[in-house]
Amino acid sequence: MDVWLQQLLNAISLGAIYALIALGYTMVYGIIKLINFAHGDVFMVGAFLGYYAMLLVDGTPLGANPWTKLLVALLVAMVGSTLLGVTIERVAYRRLRNSPRLAALTTAIGVSFLLEYGTIYLRGAQGAQPEAYPTLFTAHLDLFGATLKMDALVILVTSFLLMIVLQFIVQNTQTGRAMRAVSFDMDAARLMGISVDRTISVTFALGSALGGAAGVVYGLYYTSIDPFMGLLPGLKAFIAAVVGGIGSIPGAMVGGFLIGLLETGVSALGFSLFRDAVAFIVLILILLVRPEGIFGEHVREKV
Amino acid sequence: MGRPFEMRSWTRVGGVLLALLVGYGVVELALRSGWIGRYGENVLMAIGINILLAVSLHVILGLAGQFSIGQAGFLAVGAYTAAVVTTRLDMPFELALVAGVVVSVLMGLLVGLPTLRLRGDYLAIATLGFAEIVRISLLNFDYVGGAAGMQLPHLTTWTHLFVSLVLVFTLVLTFTHSAYGRATLAVREDEIAAEAMGISPTFVKVFAFAFGAGIAGLAGGLYAHTFYVIQPVDFGFLKSFEILVFVVLGGIGSLSGATLAAVLLTILSTYLQQFPEIRMILYSVVLILIMLFRPQGLLGDREFGDLLSVFRPKKGADVR
Repeated sequence: MDVWLQQLLNAISLGAIYALIALGYTMVYGIIKLINFAHGDVFMVGAFLGYYAMLLVDGTPLGANPWTKLLVALLVAMVGSTLLGVTIERVAYRRLRNSPRLAALTTAIGVSFLLEYGTIYLRGAQGAQPEAYPTLFTAHLDLFGATLKMDALVILVTSFLLMIVLQFIVQNTQTGRAMRAVSFDMDAARLMGISVDRTISVTFALGSALGGAAGVVYGLYYTSIDPFMGLLPGLKAFIAAVVGGIGSIPGAMVGGFLIGLLETGVSALGFSLFRDAVAFIVLILILLVRPEGIFGEHVREKV
Repeated sequence: MGRPFEMRSWTRVGGVLLALLVGYGVVELALRSGWIGRYGENVLMAIGINILLAVSLHVILGLAGQFSIGQAGFLAVGAYTAAVVTTRLDMPFELALVAGVVVSVLMGLLVGLPTLRLRGDYLAIATLGFAEIVRISLLNFDYVGGAAGMQLPHLTTWTHLFVSLVLVFTLVLTFTHSAYGRATLAVREDEIAAEAMGISPTFVKVFAFAFGAGIAGLAGGLYAHTFYVIQPVDFGFLKSFEILVFVVLGGIGSLSGATLAAVLLTILSTYLQQFPEIRMILYSVVLILIMLFRPQGLLGDREFGDLLSVFRPKKGADVR
């Protein structure tokens, strides 16, 4: 029993990370119909920014307490990722808003590789080598025989807080209303006086901030980060977004947890080597059976 | 599209054949005399294989308009199949190449049939997923060496490469200008209109997919027996991305463009071998800039023949 509980706890922690990244995909896809391939790499950059921030505060009073250290790392990662995300949108995607989707997707792939190899280049000699993430919390919590690491708890609390904030912004603020309007009908929103460009920037900012936070949380969980860490979690998070119904915020959360659960389950059953393939099989299945995802609505193609 | 592939007279066919023979002979002689050394031969092989890969994606993306970013998966299938046939079953290399093609085509059908109901972005992710599944399976399959990969004899010769290239180009050009080819282009331009004209988009797409997969499989067999060792890590997303860059840089829909880009980028990357990260930064920046300022690629969807005809009066208006 405790083994299963342990696996469940692992699954939820992992799912929370996927959900955080998936939110960035789903919001961007919902608004401009672009798979922001670079989002996984924004997540990677966030992880590195958080890491360097922690190194920087290590000698100072801020670094003495793990909670302030975490806060600083999260803050730096989120601000940095936000700037990065908004810049990417401004420089690479805005020009392509009326081009074929293929051009935008190709650009996104290009940006993704630029971020990966740019990071390797900037890191110099160690380049592509992984970096050990500092351990912040060592405490354990015994829960019906399973151990809940403090890290996992922090991951969960951070993720849920961020998701609640996001849900509040999207549902209850003027900007959130504008976002929903633009995603529903860009032209009509423009006619109603909504600044489409600004709204899209805000969407990228929010999604990237969550991605950056996810990077830090991922680093804490796996205790190792590297310049290519964005690719696979990014793709899995995208799959989570598709499973949940792309464009739907609750969908992204549910999808993230489902993928986390599935992956942990497959590992627990002894197929851990195929862990990374499972998400793709799920993707192909869901696209065949219910392409609109769990929370999505079926949209008929216009002729 | 460009001008039809005109073969008005036998003199023209003869001219092409003669040029091919001379080209083959000159390179063969240079190889035998040692004028092109071991290093040069490797570069030559890399160029040829990359041309095949560019053509394989050209068929899927350029002609049928299906966004596949999992070409490395088919390359891997071809490479490993051929490798198993030569090393585990001790069959001749030519048979291994054929086996690689056959298995890749089957894979293309297997992936194509379910996923081609998907469009655009989703198809892209599904093909990427397929390539990842292939890679991960190979990684966990001890019969083919797992992560360590397979050690192979060097069997690919210039003759194999040359014959493959001629064969593939003949097939692709014939296909492009056949009725099926035109149907494929029609699906690329407007699927719904094409369907209204009695074309089955699914058939066309699956056919193009299997065709492209087969070419990538052939490239895989040649690749495996050129570089002594194959490992699952060689067939990751990076490889698919490289192939995509060939086609996108050259011009989506242009066979000459894809070929030219494959040649140029292979030469460039051999010069940048010592600086892999700079090479990838350059690749991605080029890709982004091309998409932003010339999304149709260097040649657009024109072919070399069209460039020559710039000086002649135009026969018809451009389609795009």
